[in-house]
Amino acid sequence: MPETVNGVVFGILALASIGGAVAMLTSSNVIHAAFWLLEVMLAIAGLFLLLSAEFLALVQVLVYAGAVSVLMLFVIMLTLRRREDAVRTLDASLGAAVLALLFGAIVYVGVAASSFTLGPMPDEVPDIEALGTLLFSLDGGWVFPFELASLVLLVALVGAVWWSKEGDR
Amino acid sequence: MSDVLSVILPVLAAVGLMLANGVVLIYMLRKVLGHLHLRVGPMHVGWHGILQTVADVGKLLTKEDITPTNVDKALFFLAPAAVFVPSLMAYAAIPFSETWSITSLDTGLLYTFAVLSLVPLGILMAGWSSGNKWALLGGMRAAAQQIAYEVPLLLSVLPIVMLSGSLDLVEIVAAQGGYWLGFVPRWFVLHPLGFVASVIFLIAGLAELNQTPFDMSEAESELVAGFASEYSAMKFGLLFLSEFSNSFIISALGVTLFFGGWTLPWIPADVVAKIGPVIFMLKTYIGIAVFMWIRGTYPRVRIDQLMSLGWKRLIPISLGLIMVTGIAIKVVETVRGVS
Repeated sequence: MPETVNGVVFGILALASIGGAVAMLTSSNVIHAAFWLLEVMLAIAGLFLLLSAEFLALVQVLVYAGAVSVLMLFVIMLTLRRREDAVRTLDASLGAAVLALLFGAIVYVGVAASSFTLGPMPDEVPDIEALGTLLFSLDGGWVFPFELASLVLLVALVGAVWWSKEGDR
Repeated sequence: MSDVLSVILPVLAAVGLMLANGVVLIYMLRKVLGHLHLRVGPMHVGWHGILQTVADVGKLLTKEDITPTNVDKALFFLAPAAVFVPSLMAYAAIPFSETWSITSLDTGLLYTFAVLSLVPLGILMAGWSSGNKWALLGGMRAAAQQIAYEVPLLLSVLPIVMLSGSLDLVEIVAAQGGYWLGFVPRWFVLHPLGFVASVIFLIAGLAELNQTPFDMSEAESELVAGFASEYSAMKFGLLFLSEFSNSFIISALGVTLFFGGWTLPWIPADVVAKIGPVIFMLKTYIGIAVFMWIRGTYPRVRIDQLMSLGWKRLIPISLGLIMVTGIAIKVVETVRGVS
């Protein structure tokens, strides 16, 4: 019984994420496209939740849905001079298609070349404490990559501030 | 009770609480603000105007639902739901007593913040789809303010998470049991680090709620009703309902994190356990009354003041607080370990 329920929920979420992505690409209104992207992000958070990756799902909602898409909507709404500018004709040029195909090919080759193996699912879902220990323990943990990533983000942030202050110098 | 029923009933209870909370808060707002302004507030419908809100709800439900011609129809219809749903979801993790919560999550605190972070999206949706400059400006102001103050709000609760060692709201309350020096309750608001965190939480929480002194998004003299300008009837009602409900959520979170949740000091634990939810509700409404007190007292700040307060003061202070908390915890651990 739970298998069927999971299957139904997965079907809905998969449809929502793929359908949302298609709708995002085909909608001619940029605001609508941004909201479709938000829907895709929420659907993917749902998929994470279905895999019992609770923390990942919540962070996905908090960061991608709650912050990134707000930022995107903000930029779109601030840069549109008139409301009518939001609607644009879809650019179905050959160049874009070639670029998309090329990107798809690169991803396919990359995935095919790497040796991902699907390990067995653990019997018990590791809780958030286990995740924290794995992330921050010094021996065998991921503390170094984690700190490195935060340093990269910090550099980007400082760079953005420096860049925007150019007028004052 | 069947499994399905035991899932559905708490959700229905949350909807009921949210609706009742809206009705109570509108009355409270009118009365509390009225008395703060040396007025009496509503007096005619029922005893001391107690039925005034009921009449207003009836009015909202039966009013004509107007859809202006220039709106973006799909988003205009979706926006009230997009504001309402996250604010209903936020009830799921709030612990009303040790056993009374809709669902118990290891990551309850993170969950609540994650769903609350979706509210600005609904507001942006409402502001944009209305096709009205005031609505758009109001929506943008509200969303800008909410994403700016989400950062200090999240950072201000991290010291509490570090002190209690859990993201589970039930365990955070449990960590506040007992006394310091034998009589001071171990509430985090009375902890020197927790106190600073609670002040930041209060300021950021008020900004998150678009409440005075941070209510530029609904500054009536400049923007009519902000993002809700074009909405009428129950769509407007839903936007307002979720605003009141967010007040409740932020106050309930504050009570849980800083004021010991459903516990009361100096009273035997078995007595407290029986009336836990009542204590929790009372504390939450005291919190809301404080919000209203601030609302009736302070003038509105300017948008640049708001932004510089958020980015240049609150975020550095809360980052510093996290560092101090980390060092303090390590020092205490080492001292205890040695002795």
